[in-house]
Amino acid sequence: MIKLLKEIRIHGRGGQGNVTASEFLAEAAFADGLYAQSFPMFGSERHGAPVTAFVRISDRPIRLRSQIYEPDYVVVQDASLFAGTDVLEGLKDGGLVVINTSRPISDFKIPEEFRVVTVPATELALEIVGKPIINTIMVGAFASASGEIRLDTLEKSIRDRYPGELGEKEIVAMRQAFEKVEGAKR
Amino acid sequence: MRRILEGSQAVAESVAMCRPKVVCAYPITPQTHIVEGLARLVAEGRLDAQYVLVEAEFSAASVVLGASATGARAYTATSSQGLLLMTEVIFNIAGMRLPVVMTVANRAVSAPINIWNDQQDSMSLRDCGWIQMYAEDIQEACDMHIQAFTIAEELNIPVMVCMDGYILTHAMEPVEVPEQEHVDAYLPPFKPKFYLTPKDPITLGSMAGPDAYMEIRLLLHQSMQRASFTIREEANRFEEAFGRSYGDLLGSYRAEDAELLLVSMGSLLGTMKDAVDELRDGGHPVGIVKVRTVRPFPRTQLHDALADARIVGVIEKDISLGLEGILCSEIRSAFCGAARTPNISSFVVGLGGRDVTVDNIKDIALGLLSDDTCRVEVAGIDHEVLWSAHSEEE
Repeated sequence: MIKLLKEIRIHGRGGQGNVTASEFLAEAAFADGLYAQSFPMFGSERHGAPVTAFVRISDRPIRLRSQIYEPDYVVVQDASLFAGTDVLEGLKDGGLVVINTSRPISDFKIPEEFRVVTVPATELALEIVGKPIINTIMVGAFASASGEIRLDTLEKSIRDRYPGELGEKEIVAMRQAFEKVEGAKR
Repeated sequence: MRRILEGSQAVAESVAMCRPKVVCAYPITPQTHIVEGLARLVAEGRLDAQYVLVEAEFSAASVVLGASATGARAYTATSSQGLLLMTEVIFNIAGMRLPVVMTVANRAVSAPINIWNDQQDSMSLRDCGWIQMYAEDIQEACDMHIQAFTIAEELNIPVMVCMDGYILTHAMEPVEVPEQEHVDAYLPPFKPKFYLTPKDPITLGSMAGPDAYMEIRLLLHQSMQRASFTIREEANRFEEAFGRSYGDLLGSYRAEDAELLLVSMGSLLGTMKDAVDELRDGGHPVGIVKVRTVRPFPRTQLHDALADARIVGVIEKDISLGLEGILCSEIRSAFCGAARTPNISSFVVGLGGRDVTVDNIKDIALGLLSDDTCRVEVAGIDHEVLWSAHSEEE
């Protein structure tokens, strides 16, 4: 699926596992035989502050280390970021944005040139995992909507990092997200 | 085995494979993950070392000084203010000829306080008598640590392995992780030439008066110059053992027939290579010379690598305030008395984590190709902010 270079930008708040989400995607792409790079940009290290994490996936070794300004994909882990941050800045025409929300897509006024999917990740996490751990759900939704990452390789990297009950619950939540991303038609 | 790892974790594993006997560090962003990784390896019994907890970097440096003086392989790591706090001990480690290896996770220095990457911290300590090497990517950072112990112990000179904070320490990318037995074969156990032991008491670091001090300093200087040969030998030996090469004191990329050569060090080189590919595709004769070793300074090699270019642009993440980029000044010195000197310009970029893009590099290159006047520029700044600050001063 990847041709040359795909760039993903993850927006979230400190404590939401943004960096870990970027690492899950890089690990899964690597496990699929691709080259991958992930890295964070911290505002400052505290819970609740905006955090951006980046992922590059390519068929070729990746040397570029600047931040991502024209992503193919944007993942928004906290929909409240729409209020203060231009999370869609530079998103390529036809690019995909994945939003953690239970609100309708129309609330977000996403320009027509972008594709959008939403997933109620916080609700799913509280219901299935019992904790508001959303990053695994969001990467599942991303994998489903983008088709760039395989679900089983994602599962493996989650299991490696969270062996035991917690990881298994997260995988259940991620599978649900994979199956029920909303609005992929747009 | 090929794995995908965070830079800090990969370096922690590489350092552990070098079997240090004493690890002592005080955590500081962005070095923290490296020493956390080593602390975990010691706690899990996977690294047979003493991990010494201390209250600050001055003590961390003092502990590795003491440990190395007793003949133990010793390792520490720090960043920015931590390195500056170590400074007094750093000079002592070199003066006492102790082969300590230290990772510097490069970070800007205060004030203003800033946790992000540039190379002002280690570049400010270039004259402390340590060998200084700069890694371009995570793989090179890992491999450089393995080489660093052999170089340090061969010469009795400490080695600083510098890797860009966040950009390399917190990035995850594929890394070839060597087998322990291969590292053991390449790096034998440390056999110190002299060390502190009650069985045969000696004094290290005693006073040397005007009658001896200069000779002792000169001996360190001469050993540092000889280090060029050792670094080259180790680069070759490493390539034979592991099949990976990064150049010796220098490296190069598409430098053949280049009219303009860009010089840099560290992680900036990756982005620069992408920029050079685009420039070459556009018909612009631009190449790269990579500086792996800032001390010993590869003066002759740099002269030879750059002499055929018409223009040289030195791009670096540090500044000697009131002069120019530090590396640029040193490169100018390589052409002192030369028959022909390229037009050499200094570009300071990426201070305090300011992002450097392919377009930034292309702008510098295209600017130099259209006007090769020697200059000093601080590139990628917000002129409006600068202008309003100037207006307030007036």
